[in-house]
Amino acid sequence: MSTDRLLSDGPRTVNVGLDLFANDLEADGHPVIRVDWRPPQTRDRAVLSALARLESPDHAGRMTAANDTAAARMIGAQPFLVDVVPAHEALPGLDDRMILHAGPPVAWDAMCGPMRGAVAGAIVFEGWADTLDRATALAASGAIRFEPNHHHDTVGPMTGLTTRHMPLLVVENRAHGNRAYCTINEGLGKVMRFGGNDASVVSRLHWLARELAPLLGTALRASGGIDLGNIIARGLAMGDEMHQRNVACTSLLLRELAPALARAGAEPDALAECLAFMAGNDQFFLNVAMVMGKAIMDPVRGVTGSSVVTAMCRNGTDFGIRVAGTGDRWFTAPVEMPRGLYFPGFTEADANPDMGDSTIVETVGLGGFAMAASPAVAGFVGAGRASEALDFTRRMWELTVTRNPQWTIPALDFAGVPTGIDICRVVASGMTPTINTGIAHREPGVGQVGAGVVNAPMACFEQAVVALDAELAR
Amino acid sequence: MSAVANRVRSGFYLDSVALMRLSAALGAEAGIDEAVLMIGTETNRDLMRDAGLLTGIGEAAGPADLIIAVRAVDEIAAEQALELATTKLVAGRDVLGADTAARPRTIAGAIEVSPDANLALISVPGEFAAAEAQRALAAGLNVMLFSDNVSVDDEVRLKRDAAARGLLLMGPDCGTAWLAGTPLAFANRVRRGNIGLIAASGTGAQEVAVLLDRAGLGISHGLGVGGRDLSDAVGALSTREALQRLVDDPGTEHILLISKPPGSATARQVFEWLANCGKPASACLLGVDAALAAEAPIPVADTLSGAVAALTGTSQDEADTTGIAASDAQPGTRRTQVCGLYTGGTLAAEAVVVLARAGVAVGDDGHSVTDLGDDRFTRGRPHPMIEPDVRAAPLAAALADPDIAVVLLDVVLGLGAHADPAMTVIECMQAAGEDRPLVVAHVCGTDADPQNRSLQVAALEAAGVIVASTNAAGATLAARLARQDRAP
Repeated sequence: MSTDRLLSDGPRTVNVGLDLFANDLEADGHPVIRVDWRPPQTRDRAVLSALARLESPDHAGRMTAANDTAAARMIGAQPFLVDVVPAHEALPGLDDRMILHAGPPVAWDAMCGPMRGAVAGAIVFEGWADTLDRATALAASGAIRFEPNHHHDTVGPMTGLTTRHMPLLVVENRAHGNRAYCTINEGLGKVMRFGGNDASVVSRLHWLARELAPLLGTALRASGGIDLGNIIARGLAMGDEMHQRNVACTSLLLRELAPALARAGAEPDALAECLAFMAGNDQFFLNVAMVMGKAIMDPVRGVTGSSVVTAMCRNGTDFGIRVAGTGDRWFTAPVEMPRGLYFPGFTEADANPDMGDSTIVETVGLGGFAMAASPAVAGFVGAGRASEALDFTRRMWELTVTRNPQWTIPALDFAGVPTGIDICRVVASGMTPTINTGIAHREPGVGQVGAGVVNAPMACFEQAVVALDAELAR
Repeated sequence: MSAVANRVRSGFYLDSVALMRLSAALGAEAGIDEAVLMIGTETNRDLMRDAGLLTGIGEAAGPADLIIAVRAVDEIAAEQALELATTKLVAGRDVLGADTAARPRTIAGAIEVSPDANLALISVPGEFAAAEAQRALAAGLNVMLFSDNVSVDDEVRLKRDAAARGLLLMGPDCGTAWLAGTPLAFANRVRRGNIGLIAASGTGAQEVAVLLDRAGLGISHGLGVGGRDLSDAVGALSTREALQRLVDDPGTEHILLISKPPGSATARQVFEWLANCGKPASACLLGVDAALAAEAPIPVADTLSGAVAALTGTSQDEADTTGIAASDAQPGTRRTQVCGLYTGGTLAAEAVVVLARAGVAVGDDGHSVTDLGDDRFTRGRPHPMIEPDVRAAPLAAALADPDIAVVLLDVVLGLGAHADPAMTVIECMQAAGEDRPLVVAHVCGTDADPQNRSLQVAALEAAGVIVASTNAAGATLAARLARQDRAP
């Protein structure tokens, strides 16, 4: 005997398709909820059959269990900001004349303007060439090895370049023992992450390595590590979403570190210069949020059979994702152009295509996924009103395995951020992850020209569905 | 020849994003080339200066001030722009009024919003329907699968999964259902009672439901199982679950199955279930072989009205002819053919059966019955129940055909159907000449339907249509009228 109460209770209907059916139910006062249904974007039968197999009763149970494990690892992570160390100490694989960059693998020939500009600057910074022209020639000659940050437990914003003598923030995920790394945010305007490479850029990088990094490292070690999960939780209640808005978390971090910074032994003027540098940059915490995201996601890379996305990143040419059940394979597609608002004097024609490892922030459920926590940022969405910010998070809930009970959003009655992007849900719904991003000028070194929303390309998720299906069939 | 102007508001703070939105809104106003609102930090002043938007007034501003900068066609326009900007700035913020929550995009998302949902009504294009039905089942929902063009393999897979989860899957191609008195999709407003229907297809269930209603009886529930459920390939998977639900339902005291004849293996199985289900049961198997019907362990009728007659206690013959007054109508002497133009597939099928019994064999002698709702007519066109004008051209052609004695029609009412299905018929009648076939129609509906059966009947009769009381009665009358010439 069925325990289902459809006949005794009457239908409480989810209407998927023709609105006229829902209209009639509603007119008679019968409970009905309408789904704003879209078909999957692909017409490729191979993708749809792979998806059908993954969703079939035979496979769904195993995948659900694997995804639950993946989500539990994300929620159970314990990321602590513990140190600042030179890259050559932290990354054994980072050799001489090797440059790590944001996004999936890309060769010199395919790099966008800002990334090439940044490469030239990085080569001069490391002393492998003494002028930008010679640096560019060196890069073009094949003498430099380029690898993604992600291949070295690292992330970087925008051009995201990482080389041996750059100081790196260190986050330790104490639940799993793994570590991740990211450079320190340089500030706004003419900086290497936007392709800046002149003497001021290089000298700032030297200053960071010589002055700020040792001070920050000493303070962090003395503090025993800063609990980042806690800062995120508080920041969400203060209007941050940790991609486009980091001012609250920057302030909370600086406040927690202030005593240790003061005791770290620097001269007052040097201490003041470091404090001013950090305090003057509303986006200082972005890099901390990014390396936290990397430290949270890396343990999920090992969960076999899971359809959860473990990384999303862009190199200004391609967007790349990785999925737990397919290991370290990249699934790439051309990046999309952000839609947003531009600073005075700039338009879409000036915009560089989407770039950076900062989408690790959305990967852990923040940024565009936590837009409901940051209604002011919602202004970036076309003609969006603050009240529409909530819908962005609601839509992303539909793409994820669960919600994070430790990172909650007051405006959604303290519901948790969307956690564990599921490639099957992405392909099935026709909806892709929404990302809040800065927009760089397409010419190297000009800097940020606006901010907006960009979507991860559907093609990445379609390829991943086919690959995961093949993997599980083995 | 443009002009730049600045205004500074001291001690005014607005979030940079809100300011960017305001800037964009102002820039879109007529006469304004560019408008920028920014807090007066050095970086921002540099930006505005590089863009040629900063005057001495703006240069003097500090980080605690808000700079409004505009470039317009001339100085007057620039000043007006500054006024407008100031107005927008001080205007109250949007009040967060009605809930602007957009609809969920997925079934799972819908359940998050409404956790007590128990049914997915799926009417997406057929190529996506099986996947959505699978998702609904996985989410614990029963499914009414309105969509057609679902493969047999998918149907079997879905129905096995539904059975494993204890869920009911109605369909595919299930256009009609009633659950606890709630009509779903194309269904009529009918009395609630104690007869549980299990129907393969839509208009069969509709006809039975409205005829029961007219007889003062009612249905407890009407469950659809799809046109292929009783084939041997599918093996009555949904019928079995539907039957179990009706057996468990205290409000159901009689169970009626409506279908075309089942596959032979499935027939045995289904008859056994019905005979042993513990409640009185009967079946309408359209056009069933008389011998099979006689052997069946439960009463089996071969027409819809016959099945209803068995429940209301009237005889088959009476049911088929009830309501037909002795008609004085006669077609012209040359006219011999019956032409059925139907919008409901099961009604068309019943008409074929009844015509045959009355000596009119469809396919012979130019007799025809066409289901205009069939796939081959509806590809890329609306279904005639939704858009009755689809029938206008074939009906006009039939009315102009000198060989046709009787045109036989269904006019289907109810939720989901067109607001005035009779109108197309009436318009064709009015446009036809004096010398035309007789037109017999059955209006499948109740007075409680949005279209109101009595009103539709009155309009049709006023236009010269002979309205029969049931679909079977209409077909019987059509046969008699067509054969009057050839009666010995």
